[in-house]
Amino acid sequence: MAVLDLRRKLAVLADAAKYDASCASSGTSKRDSIGGKGVGSTEGMGICHAYTPDGRCVSLLKILLTNFCIYDCVYCINRASSNVQRARFSVDEVVELTLNFYKRNYIEGLFLSSGIIRSGDYTMEQLVLVAKKLREEHDFRGYIHLKLIPEADPRLVEEAGLYADRLSANIELPRDEALKRLAPQKDVGVIKQAMGRVRLKVEAARPAKKDRAKPPKFAPAGQSTQLIIGADGASDTEIVDRSASLYAGYGLRRVYYSAFSPIPDSSSALPLSKPPLMREHRLYQADWLMRFYGFSSAEIGDAANDGMLDLAIDPKLAWALNSRAQFPVDVNTGAREMLLRVPGLGVKSVNRILQVRRWRTLRLEDIGRLCRGIHKVRPFITALDWTPGGLTDAADLRARMTPSVQPVQLSLF
Amino acid sequence: MRVATLANETDFDGWRAGARALRQAGVQPGEAVFRVGRSASGLFDDGPLPPPPDAGFHTPRAFVDLAQAVILHRSEDRFDLLYRLLWRLKAEPDLLRVVTDVDVADALERAKNVSRASHKMKAFVRFRRIEAADGERWVAWFEPAHRVLERTAPFFARRFPTMLWSILTPDGSAVWDGETLTFGPPATRDMAPSEDEVEEFWKTYYASTFNPARLKLKTMQGEMPKRYWNNLPEAALIRELTAQSSARTETMVAAPASAPNLRLAKTLSRIGRDHAFDEGFVPSTLEELGQAVQACRRCPLWRDATQGVCGAGAKQAPLMIVGEQPGDQEDLAGRPFVGPAGQVLDEALVEAGIDREDAFVTNAVKHFKHEPRGKRRIHRTPLVSEVSACRWWLDAERRLVRPKVIVTLGATAALGVLNRKITVTQARGAVLTQPDGARVVANVHPAYLLRLPDEAARIAERRRFVEDLKLVRALL
Repeated sequence: MAVLDLRRKLAVLADAAKYDASCASSGTSKRDSIGGKGVGSTEGMGICHAYTPDGRCVSLLKILLTNFCIYDCVYCINRASSNVQRARFSVDEVVELTLNFYKRNYIEGLFLSSGIIRSGDYTMEQLVLVAKKLREEHDFRGYIHLKLIPEADPRLVEEAGLYADRLSANIELPRDEALKRLAPQKDVGVIKQAMGRVRLKVEAARPAKKDRAKPPKFAPAGQSTQLIIGADGASDTEIVDRSASLYAGYGLRRVYYSAFSPIPDSSSALPLSKPPLMREHRLYQADWLMRFYGFSSAEIGDAANDGMLDLAIDPKLAWALNSRAQFPVDVNTGAREMLLRVPGLGVKSVNRILQVRRWRTLRLEDIGRLCRGIHKVRPFITALDWTPGGLTDAADLRARMTPSVQPVQLSLF
Repeated sequence: MRVATLANETDFDGWRAGARALRQAGVQPGEAVFRVGRSASGLFDDGPLPPPPDAGFHTPRAFVDLAQAVILHRSEDRFDLLYRLLWRLKAEPDLLRVVTDVDVADALERAKNVSRASHKMKAFVRFRRIEAADGERWVAWFEPAHRVLERTAPFFARRFPTMLWSILTPDGSAVWDGETLTFGPPATRDMAPSEDEVEEFWKTYYASTFNPARLKLKTMQGEMPKRYWNNLPEAALIRELTAQSSARTETMVAAPASAPNLRLAKTLSRIGRDHAFDEGFVPSTLEELGQAVQACRRCPLWRDATQGVCGAGAKQAPLMIVGEQPGDQEDLAGRPFVGPAGQVLDEALVEAGIDREDAFVTNAVKHFKHEPRGKRRIHRTPLVSEVSACRWWLDAERRLVRPKVIVTLGATAALGVLNRKITVTQARGAVLTQPDGARVVANVHPAYLLRLPDEAARIAERRRFVEDLKLVRALL
């Protein structure tokens, strides 16, 4: 096989890694390199160093160690039966590339994944080796996200957690039955067991109050996973239920949703169409409602039609339109839980309302200054100088609240 | 008209001194003027005022923080806005909490813009490496949206303390010599290097990580405004990547599926892993049982559980202890009774003189039935149908272990073992002999002891739990 130059390898192995949506560099322990021998810092908030025209951020150098893979997951560009060009980085090449990019301030760190070569253990060993070299030989204190190979020996996973900020194993298909059909070598049970072990480790590393000695850090930015949308026929409510179950079971920081995107050299077993980006967006909104707004997955399901979220309006508005008896909410007296359910009011706006109303009685104009647009909020609230009257229960409210023109892609040039 | 003069655009101390003097002198917001640069006439156009008396006034800390951010904003009228707020604070000491106030909202918005400009600077500065006679240097040219150089430079010192770097901007420059950070005069673009060999790798990465099938230019531009593109090497690619994207997507969608790679068959046959479970299967060892349960689909509980949890303990144990189902911890660890209820059980067994090592501990239902609630899983009692479905596994365990005595903990366990509902509080203490010769003693579940709110009741119930276990020991 011809030896590929490093730039060509980078092109192949970055292309192979881009279908993983996760790129977060946030939520880890705070540290810097003052007094250290190398470079790197993490200050809580993640930093996106660039954005590509697909609107996704570039925060980490997201690459595969290799795209050779013995598995044949139909949805994956790197499956064994795909004809894509293959490449493999050496451990040192990844280390050098990471440091070279980091020192020029291109990235926050490394997100390293890999096709399965030889065995799960061997692959995981290689991933851990990269992280270990960065941390121990180069005193690198930036962000590291390592992909978990679920089949790998639990001891390797433990070692990975010592060097990495975040670990992730992807569930990929919301329906377990589909995993069997589309990813015959993957076993959802094995993936969940690996995530369960990570949760137990993360919890064990959290110092109890009375602990004198701090336990060693273990993946301080926790773990995440990804679900592919639109490859296996799962409905939105199935996906939302699956997420709720994953958040509760494994203490996940994030579930990423990735609209199934056509890939070069794709299999005939899958739908070939443009990725359902709006659907993906609505699922993220539903996810946010569950994590920050106190919605249960069942409530989100109530607002869906035949298991699918409304594409024309967001899930919070859809829920509110179905639950009008609970509105309007008085912004000057309403409880936090209820204000969070008002369409158009975010967590920040609600916190500000709660702060200001201790000093002033709020008018509609004040609310306008606290949120992005009063149009969406108005039918669901009362304020000192505002009551929606029949608007809340108006038969055509849904039509009035639906954006008349679907947003069109902005042209840049 | 009174004029206060500031040394430069971000001279906060100068603004503060001027604003204090103006306010002490009772100069109305409309009458006060702040000017940057040396002025011949000194602090006040109308002639100097007597210095302010020592007894100053109190301004809240929040105002100072806000003002330090707002002063970095590029708007001309920021000094006036801040003075207006300072003036109003006298009569309205809680003004800053009223974020709906027009002036407060305006100041907060500008502070937010400044904070965003600082964040974007952390993101978009691009260092270029040069070889100097005494080693390498890293230099960046950057044009911040607001005057955030001094506020942001310490971030780079914390991140790159071992590199000798400088950041040049039209407002000033920052230099890190490995130990201290110093600020110098404004710079120009030509003072920075114009290339770096690694940039080609970076552009390759940028182009490859882009997915042409999901063009979202508005999102990109919202987060990476055009004003920054000049100094981002990768931004030169945006036009081309965008232009090609639809053609690339069409090609992918239209291309016929190709013939699978020949390596496939070989690889797949090598790693075929089959957990398939079928009804005719009879597990001959406990290990086989533990593996086979992972493929169980006799009821839907497997779906949200991590794994099936079979029993653990001595292989030919005379005593089998049967609980209800694995809990949160058991589900993750894959072993029965390792959570809080397991601890209660362990302690009670010790008191009753039973060694857990000599017993086989298992559950009537092998998967954890629960309901997600936020970040936790709330236990739910399994249905009769689920207990019945799972009896297949419990019976297999009984056949393999052949215990003399079985203790059931809780109603579900009794249902699983006896195949009929009993009231535990009435049946406890009685010994029921089974067709296979095993003798069954019902007891409560240790989780019940954990849930009792009343301290006295808890102690009494616990004692009774241990007494019933002692009765079991006598049967062994």
